[in-house]
Amino acid sequence: MSLPDPSFLLIQSLNGLTYAMFLFLIASGLSLIFGVLRILNFAHGSLYMLGAYFTQQFVSLFIDAPGHFWWAVILASLTVALIGVVIERFFLRHLYTREELYQLLFTYALVLILSDFAKIIWGTGQFSVSRPAILKGAVSILDQYFPKYNIVIILLGPCIAFTFWFIILRTRWGRKIRAAALDREMLGSLGVNVSRLFTVVFFIGAWMAGLGGALVSPVSAIVPGMDVEIIINAFIVVVIGGLGSFWGTFLGSLIVGQVYALGILAFPKLSLAFIYVLMALVLILRPWGLLGRRLQR
Amino acid sequence: MLTVEKVKKSFDGFLAINGVSLTVEKGELCSIIGPNGAGKTTLFNLITGHLPVDEGRLIFKGTDITRMPPYRICRLGIGRSFQRTNIFPRLTVFENIQSAVLAHRGESLNFFKAVGPLFWEETNLILEMVGLKEYGNAVSGSLSYGFQKQLELGIALATEPELLLLDEPTAGMSAKETHHTIELIGRIARDKGLTLLFTEHDMEVVFSISERIMVLHQGQVIAEGSPEEIRKNSDVHKVYLGEVR
Amino acid sequence: MSKENWFLIPFILLILLIPVSGSRFYVFLGTDILIFGLFAVSLNLLLGYTGLVSFGQAAYFGIGAYTCALLMKKASIVFPVAFVASAVFGAIAALIIGFFCVRLTKIYFAMLTLAFSQIVWAIAFKWNSLTGGDNGIIGVSFPQYLDSPTRFYYFTLGVVVCSFYILRKLINSPFGRMLTTIRENPERTEFIGINVRQFQLIAFMISGFFSAIAGALFGIFNHSIFPDFIFWTQSAEVLIMTLLGGMYSFFGPVVGAAVLLYLRMQVTSYTQYWPLILGTILTLLLFFFPGGIVGFLKSRLIFAKGSEDVNR
Repeated sequence: MSLPDPSFLLIQSLNGLTYAMFLFLIASGLSLIFGVLRILNFAHGSLYMLGAYFTQQFVSLFIDAPGHFWWAVILASLTVALIGVVIERFFLRHLYTREELYQLLFTYALVLILSDFAKIIWGTGQFSVSRPAILKGAVSILDQYFPKYNIVIILLGPCIAFTFWFIILRTRWGRKIRAAALDREMLGSLGVNVSRLFTVVFFIGAWMAGLGGALVSPVSAIVPGMDVEIIINAFIVVVIGGLGSFWGTFLGSLIVGQVYALGILAFPKLSLAFIYVLMALVLILRPWGLLGRRLQR
Repeated sequence: MLTVEKVKKSFDGFLAINGVSLTVEKGELCSIIGPNGAGKTTLFNLITGHLPVDEGRLIFKGTDITRMPPYRICRLGIGRSFQRTNIFPRLTVFENIQSAVLAHRGESLNFFKAVGPLFWEETNLILEMVGLKEYGNAVSGSLSYGFQKQLELGIALATEPELLLLDEPTAGMSAKETHHTIELIGRIARDKGLTLLFTEHDMEVVFSISERIMVLHQGQVIAEGSPEEIRKNSDVHKVYLGEVR
Repeated sequence: MSKENWFLIPFILLILLIPVSGSRFYVFLGTDILIFGLFAVSLNLLLGYTGLVSFGQAAYFGIGAYTCALLMKKASIVFPVAFVASAVFGAIAALIIGFFCVRLTKIYFAMLTLAFSQIVWAIAFKWNSLTGGDNGIIGVSFPQYLDSPTRFYYFTLGVVVCSFYILRKLINSPFGRMLTTIRENPERTEFIGINVRQFQLIAFMISGFFSAIAGALFGIFNHSIFPDFIFWTQSAEVLIMTLLGGMYSFFGPVVGAAVLLYLRMQVTSYTQYWPLILGTILTLLLFFFPGGIVGFLKSRLIFAKGSEDVNR
C-alpha cells in the first residue's frame, strides 16, 4: 500500500476538522438539552436541516441585498430557534413527567414529521447555496487548495465554543443552567422559574443546530436525509465525549471528524462500521465518555 | 454476626464514611443514630453492597462480603428495607411478597410453572405477619405511605434474613403508626430470633427498643453503648443539641 | 382473563379462514402481520415486561433472515435445519451483544443496543461476498413443501402460534414474574436475591431467538433480503408497533403490528408522505393513548362494566 501524498492527507484532515465544527454545533446543543432537560433530542438533526433549508430560502429572497448570506444565516438560525421554542413549550413540556421512552419517541415522531414537511415545502431535489463573495475561492496549502470558507468555519468553531463556555461558566443564566442540570427540583424550590429556563435552554440548543445548518449550506448539499445522517453522528459524538460534558462534545467532534475524513482512506472497507465500533467501545469501557462525569452505578 | 472494619467511603472528594468499625452480635437489637448527613444510609448501602467500599472490610457470619454483589449478600442472609419505599408499584401486595418468596426459595429460574398459585400459604403468612392480609389484591402503588412501609418490611422478611437492616422504618409516620410499627418489628424480631440493625431519627423509638446504640457523626462512630450510657453521654448531647425528644 | 379469551374467538376464526377467501392480498397481509406480530411481541418481552428499551432488535431479525437464506442457498441445507439454526444464531448473537449491554442502564443501554445493531448492519452492508452487500440476497424461494403463499401462510401461523404459546408460558412463570419485578424496581429485585443482569441477559437471548425466527420467516416470505432489515429505522418501526398496540399487554404488539401494516399499505397507495402520517399517529399515541390501543380498549371496558378489575 503506497503512502498517500502528505498534502492530500492534510487537506483530508482539514476537511475532517471542518466537518467536526458542524458536528460540534449540533452535538453541543444536543448535549446541553440532554444535560438540563434529560431528553435526547432526536429531532436535533431535523432542526439542523431546517436551518439549511431556511438559509437557502432567505438567500434567494434577499439575493440582491449586500451581505445577503449573513442575513440569511442569522434569520434562518433564529427561525429554527423559534421553532424549537414552539416544540418545547407546546409539546415537549407535557411529556416531562412521563417515562424517558415517551420523550425520545416523540422527538423521533418530530423527525418523521419535519422531514416530510421539508419535502412538501421544498420538494425532494437538492439545493445549494453559494458562498458569500468575500469567502469565495481557495487558499493554497502545500500544493493543494482548501476553500477559504472552510477555514473561517474552522476558526469560528472554537470561537463559538469559547463564547458558549464563557456564558455557561460566568453568567447568572449559565449558573442557573448548570444548577438545573444537577438538581432541577432544588432549583425550583429556590424560586427559579425552571420551566422558563428549560425553554431558554431549548432555544439555545435549537439555535445552535439551526446555525450549524445555516453555515453548512454552502458546503454540503441541502437534501432530504441530511437530518438523519447528522443526528446519528451527533449521537456518536456525545457518547464518545460524554453526555452533558461541554468539552467532551468538542473533543468528540474532533475525533469523529477525523475518523470520517481519514478512516475512509485507511480502512475503506471497515469505515462504515468503524464509527459504531468506536461508539460501542466507549460505551462498554467508559460509558460516561472521555470527559463525562463518572456514573456511580 | 456482622463486623464492619475500618470502612471508608468518599464521593468526589467528600469523605462520607471515615473509618467506621462496629460489630453486631447474633440476636441483638441495635440501632445507629446520628444527625442528618452523618452517613447512616451510606453505611447501609456499603453493607448491602449497593455501594463499593473504598477501604476496609465487611464480614458477615465469617464470610468477607466486602466485594460481593447485592444479590449474593441477600442470599447469605441479610435483608433490608429502604428509606424511600422501594416496592413493585404495579404489582399487587400479594405479588410483591410472593415475588420475594419465589426468589428466596430458588424458584426464580423456573420457566414453566404458572406463577399465580405458587407459595400461596407462605406468602399469606407473611402478609398476616405485617398486617396486610386484607389488602392482598390491592395494587401496591395505590396504598398509603404507612401500608407501603409495612409491605416494604414484608418483602424484606420474605427472604428469611438472619440480619435485618431497617433504614428509618418509621420515617414520615404519625405517632400512632410509629408505635404500631415498632411493636410489630419488635415482636417479629423476637419471634424469629432476628438480629436487627436499624437507623432512626425518632429517639423514643430508638430508646424503647434498642439493646445497644451506636452514634454516627460526620462519618465516624463517636459513641457506643446501652441506651442509658448513650443518654448520659456528653458528646452525644453536644451533637444532638436540640434534637433529643 | 377469560374476557380476553372470548374476544379472541372471532379473530381466531378470521385468521384461520383467510386463505379460504381466495384473496391473495389478504393472505399476503396476514402473513406480514403474523411475522411482525411475532417480532413485536419478542421485543415486548424486553420492553413491556422487563423494562429494557432496546433500539437494536432489527439486528436479530436481520441475522435470522440472512442466516436462514444463506444456509439454504449457499450451503444447501434443508429448510427445517436452516430455520432452527437461524433462531439459534439469533440467540447467540443476542447473548454476545446482550452481555455487554446489560451492564448499562437506560439511555446508555439503549445507545449500546443501537451501536451494536448498526455494526451488524454495516457488516451486512459491506460483506459483499457473503451477504451480497447493498444488493442483498434475491431469489429466496419458498422451501420444498411450502411452495405456495397459502401453505406458507399456514406454516407461519403454526410457528407464530407455537412461539406465542411458549412466550406466554414464560411470562406467566416465576421467571416472567422476576422480569416484571426487574421492570418495576431493579434495585429492589437485586435485594431479594436475584442476579438482575443474568435475568436481563436471559430475556435478551429469548427475545433475540424469537426475533430471528420472525426474520427467517420474513426473508422467505419477501423472497429477498436487504441490509435495510437491520437498519435502525426498522428497530424504530417495531418499537412503534409495540407501543401502538400497547406494551403492557401480551397481544398488544400484535394489534399494533396489524394496525400499522394495514395503515401503511393504505396510506402509501394514496400518498408518499407516510412518515408524516406515522409521526402524527405516534405523537397522538404518546400524548393521549400511552397504553396503546389495547390499553385504551381495556380502560374503556373497565369504565363500561364498572368492574373492580385492576388494570395492570
